[in-house]
Amino acid sequence: MCARMSRLFAALKWLLGVWMTVVIVAAFFYAPAAQNLGQMSRIIYFHIPAAWVSVLAFAVCTAYSVRYLGNRRTQDDAAASFSAELGLLFCVIATVSGSIFAKATWGSYWNWDPRETSIFVLLLIYGAYFALRSSVDDPARRGSLAAVYGVLAFITVPLLVFVAPRIPAVQSLHPDGPILATGGGLDMDRRMMTVFISSLIGFTGLYGWVFSLRLRTWRFITALANRQEG
Amino acid sequence: MLDPLTGQGGFELIVDSVSKSYGARRVLRDVTARAGAGQVLVIAGPNGSGKSTLIKIVARLIRPTNGRVLWKLDGRALTAADVRRAIGMVSPDLTFYDELSAIENLRFFAQVRGLSATPEFVKSLLDRFGLRGRSGDLVGAYSSGMKQRLKFAFALMHNPPLLLLDEPTANLDERGIALVYDTIAQARLCKCVVIATNEPEEVRLGDVIIQLGA
Amino acid sequence: MSSSNWAREALAVLAKDIRSEYRTRYAFSAVLLFAVTALAVVSFSVSPYSLDADVQAAFLWIVLFFSAMTGLSRSFVREEESRTAMSLRLTTAPEAVYMGKLLFNIALQAAVAAVVVPLFLVLMDIAPTHPGLLAWATILGTLALASSSTIIAAIVSRANAKGAIFAVLAFPVTLPGLSSAIRATTAALRGEAGSGLGLVAGVAGPAGAAGDLRSLAAYTVLMIASSLLLFDFVWDD
Repeated sequence: MCARMSRLFAALKWLLGVWMTVVIVAAFFYAPAAQNLGQMSRIIYFHIPAAWVSVLAFAVCTAYSVRYLGNRRTQDDAAASFSAELGLLFCVIATVSGSIFAKATWGSYWNWDPRETSIFVLLLIYGAYFALRSSVDDPARRGSLAAVYGVLAFITVPLLVFVAPRIPAVQSLHPDGPILATGGGLDMDRRMMTVFISSLIGFTGLYGWVFSLRLRTWRFITALANRQEG
Repeated sequence: MLDPLTGQGGFELIVDSVSKSYGARRVLRDVTARAGAGQVLVIAGPNGSGKSTLIKIVARLIRPTNGRVLWKLDGRALTAADVRRAIGMVSPDLTFYDELSAIENLRFFAQVRGLSATPEFVKSLLDRFGLRGRSGDLVGAYSSGMKQRLKFAFALMHNPPLLLLDEPTANLDERGIALVYDTIAQARLCKCVVIATNEPEEVRLGDVIIQLGA
Repeated sequence: MSSSNWAREALAVLAKDIRSEYRTRYAFSAVLLFAVTALAVVSFSVSPYSLDADVQAAFLWIVLFFSAMTGLSRSFVREEESRTAMSLRLTTAPEAVYMGKLLFNIALQAAVAAVVVPLFLVLMDIAPTHPGLLAWATILGTLALASSSTIIAAIVSRANAKGAIFAVLAFPVTLPGLSSAIRATTAALRGEAGSGLGLVAGVAGPAGAAGDLRSLAAYTVLMIASSLLLFDFVWDD
């Protein structure tokens, strides 16, 4: 059973590698450029999936945090922190790629567009999350404090998304659907849509793979430490 | 709700294979014990063997890594709020507010415990542990022996069915020690008393003895 | 436990904290001196007439936010540092501890705001167009600041680096409340001129300011409710 599962995982790993390669190639050669943004529009195959994965990872972190507060299992705390690490990594990727795109299209790297504001606050929150983790010695206490902060922060994020668009003097510069169309229509071109969805799936798979890798390593190290002690 | 005055006879404390570790450092391993009202449970062991950790777990101040502690009254497990009401504790780690007087400290703790914190009540409490003359002084100006006496007043003010004493005679003079032994002798008639100690004289008081860190 | 006990215990904690604070003045003098210093530095270096309403509002709330950051963690941190937290844990319901500390922090922050806001108006030579709105923004903003920083203070007091990470942890969580307060204050200082402009740039005029006040109040309620749910996990480990 276990052997078959791990063989399945190995196969999925290779599939993921091939999938991501195809997505990257297709993003540059298969999908057409958008009408208004031109070649610049290809950012959506990487920037948006990265942003999506970071939000997903933070949601997973919050779910594990809540579960940790319920059962106090060390593994749930570890999983929460691994997911937050990955979320932070993808958040940085989304921020940097978005900022380069902003420079190329709107002329400045940063201009407090609502979505920029929210992602900046996400970076702050999870930066603070790790600052808190590193300043508590006792693992049980570290787990519960970090979990409480994680839950509290996650509660405020939707509020911020609600408040941020109303921050004065800045209209959203973020491109929405129509800009991505090749023709004048409202819908995304079908080829673009295919690559975009495939990329979302690929990025999500990538997150799942690295996350499970982290968790398996952690289990292995913990088991080893227990065996040495016992 | 637990009535501290009547509900002492049926009190029972169960420590069920409790372990505690801080990260990789294991402090307690698989401690099991049981004591009821009218019994003295002694936790003995050298320095650093986890006596204070165990008594804090029994006081519900620290969560055990594995195992559990049960506080029961007439066979019924107590809730968190009732456990708080059932426990009186003396410990070297216990500290009061230095900037408040002894009376103000005791009044505050009586209020948060839901007792009627009349001046007479607090004064009689201080009287009992020989602190009457200095009752208006700030606790910051107290000697360590006087603070120890104040801890007894704090621990016994609500007449708890479970009395936890971590190094009860620390810092006390002879009269203070006699007062403590008196208190223990009186308490063991109807309460469950837990003592964490090194003193052979106190270990001899135990009906049940947990020997740690052998 | 019945709710009347609960309230009585919370009030006992509040009374104890006020008495301690009155005797030692650890928090209040530090906070007030900080706030006055920051106000004075800016009004020295900037001509009051050169600032727009939104800059003035932002400045006022930056001073109030960092005053909160210097003072509002004290009540929890002191319980841990002077090791009195243990006697509190032994005797008091966690919810009562939280509510007591929250009330104390509200009182402290309100006292600071009561000094800072009038001083700000005098030093910057401002006659607010809507004094009522300014008062509401200050009151609700104070409640929002106190409610978000109380739970963060509880978290910080259990960590090793107590002073260093308080502002880092509090800022992102406080931001929704803070930005609503700033917007409402801007509207109060700018007044009618702003509402016309507001149609263009999405800035809230006095009409939109009501929405800001509502979201401030909602934020405060949300913070207190979730803190009450989560506090047990911070306090009791």
